[in-house]
Amino acid sequence: MKLLTHNMMASHCKGAKGGYPLKVKCTEMTEEEVDFNGEFIARMLPRIQFDALRQTVGEIGLKTSLPGAVPDDAATNETFLKELHHVLLEVQIVEGELECPDTGTKFPIKNGIPNMLLPEE
Amino acid sequence: NTNMSKRPEHAAPPEVFYNDEEARKYTINTRMIQIQYELTRRCMELINLPKDQPCYVLDIGCGSGLSGQELAEDGHIWVGTDISPSMLEVASEREVEGDLMQHDMGHGVCFRPGTFDGVISVSALQWLCNADKKSHVPAKRLARFFTTLYSSMARGARAAFQFYPETPAQMQLITNYAMKAGFCGGIVTDYPNSTRAKKTFLCLIAGAGGALPTPKTEGDSNLAQTEAAFTTMDRNNRHKKRGEKASYKSRDWIQQKKERRRKQIGNFDVRLDSKFTGRKRKPKF
Repeated sequence: MKLLTHNMMASHCKGAKGGYPLKVKCTEMTEEEVDFNGEFIARMLPRIQFDALRQTVGEIGLKTSLPGAVPDDAATNETFLKELHHVLLEVQIVEGELECPDTGTKFPIKNGIPNMLLPEE
Repeated sequence: NTNMSKRPEHAAPPEVFYNDEEARKYTINTRMIQIQYELTRRCMELINLPKDQPCYVLDIGCGSGLSGQELAEDGHIWVGTDISPSMLEVASEREVEGDLMQHDMGHGVCFRPGTFDGVISVSALQWLCNADKKSHVPAKRLARFFTTLYSSMARGARAAFQFYPETPAQMQLITNYAMKAGFCGGIVTDYPNSTRAKKTFLCLIAGAGGALPTPKTEGDSNLAQTEAAFTTMDRNNRHKKRGEKASYKSRDWIQQKKERRRKQIGNFDVRLDSKFTGRKRKPKF
């Protein structure tokens, strides 16, 4: 699972208030090269929750040169976009677990695929 | 009715029906692959993504990732959800570019508001009308699905669902819940007079209204019609020039596509280029 997907996801558990961001526990991580597309990253900028991303990066213990906040010239700042591209699209969680911040429901990630099925109501 | 029993929804729940054996078919059965390809292309046409912009797209019922491959080919970034672990396993083996997720559409779309620029779904929606478990109430599942889908889409974004409605009543039920969720749009039926080529699409627009795209009919040539849909209301693109991409189905376009296919993993049988590549047949054929 890519961090972009994680950043966009919100828990859909019954009783979750917002359910965002899902907590991540990561036991295996991988990096895979993806063609850089600055236009796409710049387009996604307004939709990305940067604070949540910083939090996730901390949770999985990823080393990154991302600044503490989005720079003012973010959409044209190539170094920033490249680093963001790396964190969002190239880093992948292979094994681990997601947890709903409101209800504590756990969703396992196996072979890079999170299982978001809810327990039957 | 013998036709009824052929519907896979009547056989078993989706996560059971699409087992390892069934999933395997989607990598080796060329006819199935061809159908998936055509349906995906039509869905992509219907959601009318800006042509020169990379978009973020959701593929519901992504299966083995055949549809996602087409999205990636046009430069879009996609996320695929499916309920069948076997299908997802095949997708993962095929090393598709998109991110995968095991998810039941009846539980609601688990994404933040305004996430996606477009949504496609090939042959998945009819499964939502089933009650496979004691706790399943189709009406509730439909309502939950469409309301969460609506919020997960960017304003003005479109969704296209190709599906096989079982009865007119079922089609009505699905459309009603989509409209209740706030969507504009409706059903587009391609080739309505043909039993074999007939294809049903639910086309939804989140937020801004607009006319439905025109269905394809028997008289259409494939070349001209495909581009015609939606163009009148395509405000974003009206003043923009096409990028470097070759125009649809031109010789250059075909060659670019062949080139991409040659590079891709998987056993695509790509024909060699010749002077006949992309040449039009004479009308008398």
